[in-house]
Order: sequence, then structure tokens, then C-alpha cells
Amino acid sequence: MILNVQGLRTGYGRIPILNGIGFSVDEGEFIGILGHNGMGKTTLLRALMGFLPPTSGRVQFAGTDITALEPYRRARLGLGYVPQGREIFPGLSVYDNLRMGCAQQSGGQEHATIANVLEEFPRLTQLLDRPGSALSGGEQQLLAIARCLCGKPRLVLLDEPTEGIQPSIIEEIVETLQRLRARTGLTMILVEQNLDFIAALSQRILVIQKGRITQEVKPDELHDASVVGEFIGITT
Amino acid sequence: MAAALLDTRDLSMHFGGVKAVRNVNFTLAEGELRCLIGPNGAGKSTFFKMLTGQLEPTRGQVLFRGQDISRAHAHQIARLGIGIKTQVPSVFDGLSVRDNIWLAASRLNSKERARRLVDEMLERIGLVDAAERLVGQLAHGQRQWVELGLVLSTDPELILLDEPAAGMTHEEVLKTAALVREINRSKALIVVEHDMQFIRMIAKQVTVFNQGSVLVEDTVDNIMRNPQVRDIYLGKQAAA
Amino acid sequence: MNGRSLNILGLVLVSVTGLAFMLLTPQLAELDTVLDLTVYMIMAVLALSLALIWGFGGILCFGQSAFFGLGAYTYAIAMFNIGESTLPFLLAIILPAAFAALLGYFMFYGRISDVYLGVITLTVTLILFNSVNSTAGPEFHIGTARLGGFNGIPGIPPLNWPFNKTAAIDLEGMFYLATGSLLATYFGLRLLLASQFGRIIVGIRENERRAELLGYDPRAYKLATFTIGGALAGFAGCLFANWGNFVSPTIFGLAQSAQIIIWVIVGGRGTLIGPVIGCIGIQWLSAALGANQPSGGSDLWSKIFANAPLILGVILIAFVLLVPKGLVPTLGDIGLSLVRRRRAREQRGFEPQQAE
Repeated sequence: MILNVQGLRTGYGRIPILNGIGFSVDEGEFIGILGHNGMGKTTLLRALMGFLPPTSGRVQFAGTDITALEPYRRARLGLGYVPQGREIFPGLSVYDNLRMGCAQQSGGQEHATIANVLEEFPRLTQLLDRPGSALSGGEQQLLAIARCLCGKPRLVLLDEPTEGIQPSIIEEIVETLQRLRARTGLTMILVEQNLDFIAALSQRILVIQKGRITQEVKPDELHDASVVGEFIGITT
Repeated sequence: MAAALLDTRDLSMHFGGVKAVRNVNFTLAEGELRCLIGPNGAGKSTFFKMLTGQLEPTRGQVLFRGQDISRAHAHQIARLGIGIKTQVPSVFDGLSVRDNIWLAASRLNSKERARRLVDEMLERIGLVDAAERLVGQLAHGQRQWVELGLVLSTDPELILLDEPAAGMTHEEVLKTAALVREINRSKALIVVEHDMQFIRMIAKQVTVFNQGSVLVEDTVDNIMRNPQVRDIYLGKQAAA
Repeated sequence: MNGRSLNILGLVLVSVTGLAFMLLTPQLAELDTVLDLTVYMIMAVLALSLALIWGFGGILCFGQSAFFGLGAYTYAIAMFNIGESTLPFLLAIILPAAFAALLGYFMFYGRISDVYLGVITLTVTLILFNSVNSTAGPEFHIGTARLGGFNGIPGIPPLNWPFNKTAAIDLEGMFYLATGSLLATYFGLRLLLASQFGRIIVGIRENERRAELLGYDPRAYKLATFTIGGALAGFAGCLFANWGNFVSPTIFGLAQSAQIIIWVIVGGRGTLIGPVIGCIGIQWLSAALGANQPSGGSDLWSKIFANAPLILGVILIAFVLLVPKGLVPTLGDIGLSLVRRRRAREQRGFEPQQAE
């Protein structure tokens, strides 16, 4: 077990968003998180990353209690985060963006790490000198994921990677992530609205509702729209 | 032939040396619903910005009901009846959902009527319970609904939707598609979207943008079969 | 208690306190206290002018003192030439408003960005300072009024009742006038902000592009807001010239412009009562610290406490770091959270709300 979350509660100011979240993730697992808008999916990732202090509960990562740790310390322990909206450095070149992802590595290591990661992202290899802002949305998303991998994370948190991305690149992202799982045993928590995408990548899917995890679904169950409606509880 | 509602002639936008939009000739009939697809960076959002006066075209013309609006200000174009839901929700973050919608409704309506319209719109976009909350505190998908509510409240003749389904759940996508079809009973729309399922639910005619120009214009089914479109945009899944 | 009833409670509180203050002070206080309080009231009108354009209109103006000074100088010059105060009073409002409209036209219609707007307004007031400062010679006069350069213009005749030159307003009358003006400005702005116009300018502050896409012309609304702010500042300047019967170029200076911004920051942007409280509080504090100065001992601490600008600087930094929203919004937050906590205790158990 690489991540264990117990009774996690948090919110923005006085507005409670997470109301006792508990789940765990094994090494090498891909977990999907599904839920209606406003149920706390993004908040959960932000809380795991330490951007929101929990009001109660416990988060254990790789055997360490990280409940009270700052985000950068969590990153150093091996938590990687690819936020919604990608947040690449627009003024830096693709290569420098990747270098930023290699925190705490020496120059030589850096070069090797980037070369290693780029093997999985052939599309980026042709764009190394371009500034991040000159990349299309799909390319930026690939860059954000590649940059995250440069930090050699043990667990990647991925927030809505398909939003606003053209179908062919979504396909490319799915293939890349599947390959990475097979080759490196990557572990991932994925928040996504695109059902095909989440079904193609996740082994288990947790349904989040009003700040609690209410269901666990298998990926093949997602192909049945009525089941989805029932699980997510939004067939009003 | 029915008069065109919107007509662009050799519309082009250059940023320095980059030709984001090149010689686009695009025609939309009264009451038509058109989908716009194309790779990220194909110029769709830039095209929308020129239609709404947020960018002044480098060259060419935009005609709305025969009137040249290519040099008009954004607020003038809005008053002529073009509304836009932008890609990243553009809303009044520091104001409540109710105040957001009120600002849109109050330009054309008396105080009492605006108040009533706001209540109706809150119902329609499913945010009655969140009416008094600050929009900045809402989830991404909910802010999309707020923006849609803003646009609809100004009662435009032509509505541009830039990725309306982004960040929405499967259920919400279905709801959005139904709403788009309902709007289309009385208004014309141009919809940019990547979600091909969504496009199949709403569209008859699709225009494909690539590298700043119109690549092809055809029915959804023909577009899905088009090998060139599959190559640059759809990927392998379209074969299925 | 909800936001609306809190709002009404606030209005009642301000009206009662304001009226009681206006009617009772001259009965209870010494004349020199009344005189001091008069200038606080005048400055609070000035604070409100910036509260409107910055706090609600989102226009960061570093040169509100330009309109304030223009109002004061216009009144002084017109008064020496005309001798009866009705027209000079009106001119002292109209001229700064027109100047604000002209300046605003170039800034807003030229799509100058926020930062440059701050720089331009600051520059304008400093140019006025330097220009007026160098008009000491007798050759600089407008009609019969000598500009006086760095010496300023002394002996400005006081306001009289409209069209009645013999009925000059005395010191006590000045207090009533200043306090009445402050209350009228406050309630006038409340009305303005509750109107459609007021809600639109706040919308423009929140998201100018969206307002534009809904069909509002942000340039026109900002220009109108800026002009109203200029008129109000000019009005305050006219009262100020009356209060001391004196005006000098320091009215355009950096210290004066900075003060107005500090009042608004300390009191809280996005409120009206905040800048009024900030203004009065800081002026009172400056006066209290300034009073220490001559008798201050020679040890380090009394020297520090006698240094008003230093103390004010520390207060400003403390506010920016610790109470960035300003006094009134922060107190409002605390109040609301107390109310909510009590309500939560009454209800027991809560449903988490939606947000992501």
C-alpha cells in the first residue's frame, strides 16, 4: 500500500468540501475518481498534495504520515501532481520546463532523466526549443505529464487531462500512460469526466458524492449509461 | 437563397509572423447550428475572438446580417446580438451567481422583469441552490453553467459556444446537448467542441479547421469517415 | 441574521451616529476640537471619492490629490475674482470633474492598462505640484488672484449662503457643512452603488471582458466613475480651502496622494464606511503623534514615537501584511463567521456544500 487516506475532511474557509474521505492505493494501481461537478474531486487531489490543510483525518504516503507536510515536501517524497489547466511555464522552452521537473537532481542526472522520459513522448522530442506558450493545448498536456514524470514520482495525481484536448491526442495520452504502467509500474490517481478515458486506464473507480466516497465501480461497468447514472446519482 | 446570418470574407489574423487564421470564408444561415472542430491550435478560438470584436482582424471582413462588424467594439457586437461562452469560463468571480445573471439580464429588461428572468435562468441552469454563492467558489463545471446562463440572459441571435462540454460530467454533457438543441429552435449557434459524442448529438453540418483555414465542411457522418480528418484530428477511434 | 438585514442595520447605525455626531459635537466640544473634527470630515469626503473609483470601480488612481487640489485652487482663485461664493463653489466641482473627464477619456479610451494608469495619475498630480510651486512671482496671477507659488494663497474668503454675500459661514457652520456633506456623500454613494450603474461598475471591476461581451461599454462606465470621483474630490478641496482659508501646492504633493490611498487600504476597499473610518482614524493618530513632537524627550523611544511618518509607515505595512482586506471587511468576516458558528451550533451537523 503506497497511499492510505483516513477520514479526510477539508474545505474552503467555512465551506466544508471533503467530509470524511477514506481509501487506499496499492503500488502499481491506477485509480479513477468520478463524480458530479462540485462533489470535491479536484479538492481531494489538492488536499492530497497539501494545498489545503485538512481539518481532520490522516494521509499516509509510502509509510510516512504526510498529513501536516507542505506541498514541496510531499513532492520530494514522490507525489507528482498534474493540475487541471496544465500550468506549464509559458515563457520557458519545453526542455527547460522538463528541467524544472527534475528538482533535486544533478546536471548529469537531469539530462539522463529527461532523455528517459522523452522516449515515451516522441511528440515532445521535436519541440524541445519551443516556448511552452507556443504549444497547442494537447502538446501542453503531454508536456505537463512528462514534466511530472521527470521528478520520478511514485504516485501521480492527474486532474482532468482530457479537458479541451483533441481526440487523437487523448488517444496518445491513454497509450502513453498504459505503456508507462506496463514498463515502470507507475501508480496513478486520475480525476476525469471522460468515461471512455477513465475506463481505459483505471483498475478501480471510486465515486465521490458530497465529499464522501460512496461507491467503487469496475471500469467495464462504465460502458452502461444507466449504471453510470445510478452510481453517480445524478439522474434527477 | 435564405440570407446569411453570418458571413466572413477572407478573414485572417496574424500575430507577428504566425498566421493563426488564414482567409476563412464561412457562412452561417439564419437559425443554423454548426459545429467547428479541429486540432488544438487550429485557430478556432481566434476565429471566435474576431467574430465577437475581441480581436481586430488583420485582413478580411465579418458580416452579421449584411453589416460589416469586423472593426466594431466587443460591446457593440454584443448589442447587435452575438453572445459567446468562452473556452475558460469568463464570469464575475467576486459576485454571487444571482448577481452574475442579473448583470446580463438587466441590460435589456426592467428591474422587475430582470429579477424574474434571473429566477427562471437559475432554474434552467440548475443553480437555484447555489444562487447566493460567489461564483469564484464554484467548481469548474458549475462556472461553465453560470457563463451559459449569462450568455442566454442577453438573448442573442447568434450564440458561440467554445467547448461547452469541457469539464462537465457525462450526465451534464447530455443535458448540455439537450439545451443546445432547445436553444437552436430559435437561435443560430456555432459550437466548438472536441467531444465527438457530443457533436454527434447536436450537429448536422460540421466545419473542420486546420492550421488556420477551413479544411472541409460536411455532415457529421462524412466528417467521421474522412481519412484526412481522422489523420490530423480524430485518431484511430473514429474507425470504430 | 442575513446579509440584507446586516446591511440595513449598518445604514441605521451610520445615520444615527452621523446625525448625533453632527448635532451634538458643537454643543459639547471646545471650538478648536470642532475645528479639528471639521478637517477630518472634509478629508473623509476625499477618502470616499477614492473609495468609489478604486474600491468599487477598480481604477487605481494614485493622483486623487490632483482633483482635490484643483478644487481648492479653483475655489480660491474664483473667490478672489468674484467675491461671492456660489459660482466659485460650483466651479470648484465642475473644473476638477472636467479635468478628470478629459484625463479619463485619454486613459480609458486609449486602453491604458492598470499599472500605467496609476503611474499617469501620480505623474499628473506631481506635475501640478511642480507647476503651481513655481508660480511665486507677481507675474503669475489669474485675474486679481495671485497664485503665490510655494507660498500658497492665504486669506481665502469663506463660503457664504448662496447668492448672499453678507451671510458668510462661520466656523461652527463650517463644521455642520462638512459633516452634512460627508453624510450626504456617503448616502449618495450608497444609492449610486445600489443602482444599475453601481452594479455594472462592480461587474466591470470583476471582469471587464465579460461585461463587454454582455454589451456594456467599460470605457464609458469607467469614465463616468472617474469623473464622479473627480467631482467629489474637487468638492472636498473646496471645503478644505474654506476650512483653513489657505491653500498651498503641498496639496498636490506625494504625501497627500499617498495618504488618500492609505486611508482606503486601512479602512478596506469595496466598502464606503471603511475608508471613512480609515481616514478619520489615521488623521487622529497623526495629530496625536504630531502633538508629542515638541515636548518629546531625547531618548530613542520618544524620538520614534514623535516620528509620525515612521509610525504611519509601520501601520500601513502591518495592514498590508496582516489585514490585507482592510479593517471593515475583516471585521465583517469575523462577525459573519460568529453568526454562522452560532447557527451551526443550533442546527448541529451539516451537509457539505458544493465546491471543487
